[in-house]
This record gives sequence, structure tokens and C-alpha cells, in this order.
Amino acid sequence: MQTTLLLDIAADADPDLRAVGDWTLAEMRAQAKRAAAAAASDNVGQIVYCGLNGAIVPQLLFGAGYAGLPFCPLNYRLPDEQLNALVARTAPALLVVADEMAARIGVHEGVTVMHVSAFEAAMCTAPEFDGYAENDTAVLLFTSGTTGAPKAAVLRHENLTSYILNTVDLLAAEADETALVSVPNYHIAGISAILSSVYGGRRIVYLSAFSPEDWVRTVDVERVTHAMLVPTMLDRVLDAAANAGSSLPSLRALSYGGGRMPEPVIARAMTALPHVGFVNAYGLTETSSTIALLGAEDHRTAFAATNPAVRRRLHSVGKPLPGIEIEIRGADGKSVLAAGESGEVYVRGAQVSGEYLGKKITDDKGWFATNDGGSMDAEGYLFVEGRLDDVIVRGGENISPGEIEDCLRAHPAVADCAVIGLPCAQWGEKIGAVVVARGGADEGALAAHIRAALRSTKTPEAWFFTEELPYNETGKLLRRDLKKLYSGG
Amino acid sequence: MDLKPGSRWKSAVCSAECVVVRPPKSAGVLGCGGAPVVALDGTASGGTVDPAFAGGVLIGKRYVDETSGIEVLGTKHGQGSLSFDGRALALKEAKPLPASD
Repeated sequence: MQTTLLLDIAADADPDLRAVGDWTLAEMRAQAKRAAAAAASDNVGQIVYCGLNGAIVPQLLFGAGYAGLPFCPLNYRLPDEQLNALVARTAPALLVVADEMAARIGVHEGVTVMHVSAFEAAMCTAPEFDGYAENDTAVLLFTSGTTGAPKAAVLRHENLTSYILNTVDLLAAEADETALVSVPNYHIAGISAILSSVYGGRRIVYLSAFSPEDWVRTVDVERVTHAMLVPTMLDRVLDAAANAGSSLPSLRALSYGGGRMPEPVIARAMTALPHVGFVNAYGLTETSSTIALLGAEDHRTAFAATNPAVRRRLHSVGKPLPGIEIEIRGADGKSVLAAGESGEVYVRGAQVSGEYLGKKITDDKGWFATNDGGSMDAEGYLFVEGRLDDVIVRGGENISPGEIEDCLRAHPAVADCAVIGLPCAQWGEKIGAVVVARGGADEGALAAHIRAALRSTKTPEAWFFTEELPYNETGKLLRRDLKKLYSGG
Repeated sequence: MDLKPGSRWKSAVCSAECVVVRPPKSAGVLGCGGAPVVALDGTASGGTVDPAFAGGVLIGKRYVDETSGIEVLGTKHGQGSLSFDGRALALKEAKPLPASD
């Protein structure tokens, strides 16, 4: 099943419903078909986009689908050299580039470059594409490539439509529901938000680039009911809302994902916005977005609980979605571990692609190894501990940075922190803590705090204080940068 | 009748329309209102809904036949109900999920 069918079904059923900004579903489909006609040509193998969020993004996504071409949005935040290296890899392609970014793109064999303004002008005179084309591949997303060259994750139409049909009811949104999309279009959540919203009948409003002040203003002006944020954005949004004197009254649901949510931040958010239902969503590019979620009721129950096992679920990513199976496996990659034991998270389901260009990495039974460490409790709640690459091996003991970071963040003098493994002659690795302090903090007090809450082998041995930690724009902590910076010390 | 995923069909005897989400394991006849469905761009023969298949198709609901594995999504409301080789399809109940993206 093609992703364009999701738009076709919704547009046939309710053509006048607003889909993106002021475009209706019927207009969005007509625009996508004009985009398909303007883009399709014998020497175009895929449609590539480099630019900010806006109505052009769903037009190109669905337009590529109608034309039977993969859609490939690029990370415009990359340095010019890396961006151009990706552009070269997309040939043969049509690259639609934001006018203000066009000067950054060089000449690449097999890549036709069009400015967004020129492409939109071409769409105005193009007929609606009336052919029918199919392609297995819907979307190509380059991973962030923190370990070597970025890989192109392949998301097939079948993966994306399975995800939508299993999680969204057709046009089930209330008439006034509006989703604010602020994640970049080259992120899986930027793609899945389009498909979910169109099929569910929820209007999309785009924030072309994220700033907490613009986010708060847009929520209030557009009467936004639903939004998704990465954890690093949430704290800043709460500050901006407080400064603007807004309680974000239109907001009903706020989902978050893409990184570990510090407990003080979610606790603050739930207290400041009691009318909002919070949803923690866990997923990867390779799984077509969300595979497990912790819903609003679970948040409230955990937040109010005195039983530590229930309270702890505030750190959980909840339970697997319908159509998704999750297993926690041991270091051999085969043995399935019991409840409460930590291992690697494996996932299987029709929405799981587990595939890069030229390389399928699911096993013969369809399981995909996420490279995330995690455990599942007796009730089936999944806890994600972070990337296995980030695990610190100290004297043969595996130590997850996340647990120590959560503990540190609970200390009033800690505004933010990162725990990393540093080279150590005696233990192989030792634990380093990089702390953004709030007011005065001394390492002796912080070390005592960890020792009391966890144990001495989990107490950082090297302490560093800094003004700010390095995050990428989708909220991922750049641990490798920190390791490089502090490994000498 | 090529019931491949994504193929669109309409009832011959009522206003219902549907899409095949999952194909049957082996060939068979998808019916609505007691008559074989026709391709969405085809011509409906007309006729009346068989009272034995008059439970209705609802938009956005999914219908399944466990024996053949076929799964069908209703895309337009109609009076007739769906069947596969004469077996009535069952409504697939789904718990609403909160938006996560």
C-alpha cells in the first residue's frame, strides 16, 4: 500500500478539511499531484529537499509518492562540505532547495537543482499528475552519522502505512484539532507527523525553525491542541511560557521523545500544565517512528504514586504499540532475558524497516537490534537505558550513564549533566561526570549524593564543570564530543 | 479479483467503498451486501443488499476474515456488509491511541 493512498482516502472522505495551514485535504492532494508532474522526468530517481519546514514538505512527500519516487529530505544544518557529499550521493535526483540555502549547494553530476520559488512557479502551471506509479521505497533519511559516514535509512511504503493504520483512526480527530510540527523535516518524526495528521484529520501548523518563544506564540495564536517536542525543548518551552504569562490553554496533548527526559523537567511540566496529557514515545528512524508509548493516564498514575515500582514508570517509554513485538536479549543476541534484566532492545513488526541502502540488517525472523540498552518490568513497561555504544565498562562491570545522570539531575545544584566513560589504565574505563551547575556545586557533595543513592562503583571519579552541554538540534546529547574533549584530563 | 494491498473497491449494491489492507492467503471473492465488489473505477451492476449481509460498512473501520487473513478498511459508508467467499468479515476492534508524533 502506498502512502499516497492515506491522503487519497482522507481527501475523498472529507475534501474540505484543513490539512496544512489553510490548505484543505483536496487542495493538498492537487498540489502534491502538481508537484509530481513538475518533478517527474526520466532522469530523476528521487526527489530531494533541503530547506525549512512549510507546506512544501508534505507537497513534496506526497508528490514523490504519486510520481513513484523516493523522497529524501536533507539535514541543512550540516556543514557545507558534508551537505554536498550527501547531495552527490542522491544522484540521479531533483533537488528542491530553499532559495536562501541555494548558494551552499555545488554542482553535482546527475543532480538537477531547483529553487523552491522556481519549483512552486512550475507547480502553478503544471497539470495534476494523472499517471499511476509505484515504488517500494517511500522515504530515505540519512542518519546523523555520529560514527562515520551517514547511512541512508530506507523506509518503505509498507512500513509507513502499517505504522499509520495500526496507530491512527481515519479522520478521528476533533474538528478543532491542530498539531504544531517543529521537528525538522529530515527527522523521522517530521515525516510521521505528516502521515498521522493527514490520515487522522488533524490540521498541521509548521514552525519553520524551533525557538521556544515562537513555539509558545504559535500555540496561542493558532490554538494548537497537539505537539511533539524533544526533551531539551520542553524545559525551554516552559520558561518561555512562564515569561509570556501563558498557561498554553489550547494545548491538550504533548508528546516527547528522541532522548531521555529528565524527571525534574517532566515533573515541572505536569505541574505547570495540568490540563495537558503527556505522552512519552520511543522509536527510531529504522522503525518508522514510535514503537512504544507511555500515555497520559500512565503519566498521572506514576506521578502520583508512592510505590517506587509505579513511580519509576515516569522514566518508562510504556508499552509496545499494536503490531509491535519487543524482546530484551542478552549479550549473545539470542537469549531472551527475564523481566527486570537489562540487555539489548530487539523489535519486530511490519513498520520496522531495519534497512539501509544496500543493506538489510533485520535477522531471518524479522527482528531488528536497536543498539539501545533496556529492560522490561513485570507489567510489560519498557525502560530504555541509552545507546549500547555509550555504556561504560569499568573493571568488567557494565554501567549505564543514564541511571547516574538521572540521579545527578535530582540534586538541586545540578541544572544538566552528562556521564561518560574515560580511558583509565587501572579499570579500562572510568566514570566522568560533566555538570552544568546551578549556583554553587562541589564535587564532594555530588559524589556523596551518588554514592548514597547508587553505589560506590557507579560514583564518577572525574568531575568537570561547564556552562553548557553539546546537543544536536533534535535533542541528542553529543557524548562523543564530550569524550574527545575530556579524555586528555 | 486481484485483492492486492492498496487496491480500492466499491460495493455493487450500495454506497460502500473499501481498500484492501492485507491480502487473502489464497484467491477468493470479496463481497459487499452479498454481491462481489467491483473496482473503484468500474461500473456497479446495481441490485439490492442481501439481508444476510446488511450490517453496514463504516468509514475508517477495519474488517477481517481470520480464515483467509484478508483485512479490509472501510473508506465510504454503506448499508451492505463485507464478506469473503461468503463468510462475513468481522469488525476489528482497536483501542484508540494517543498521538505520539
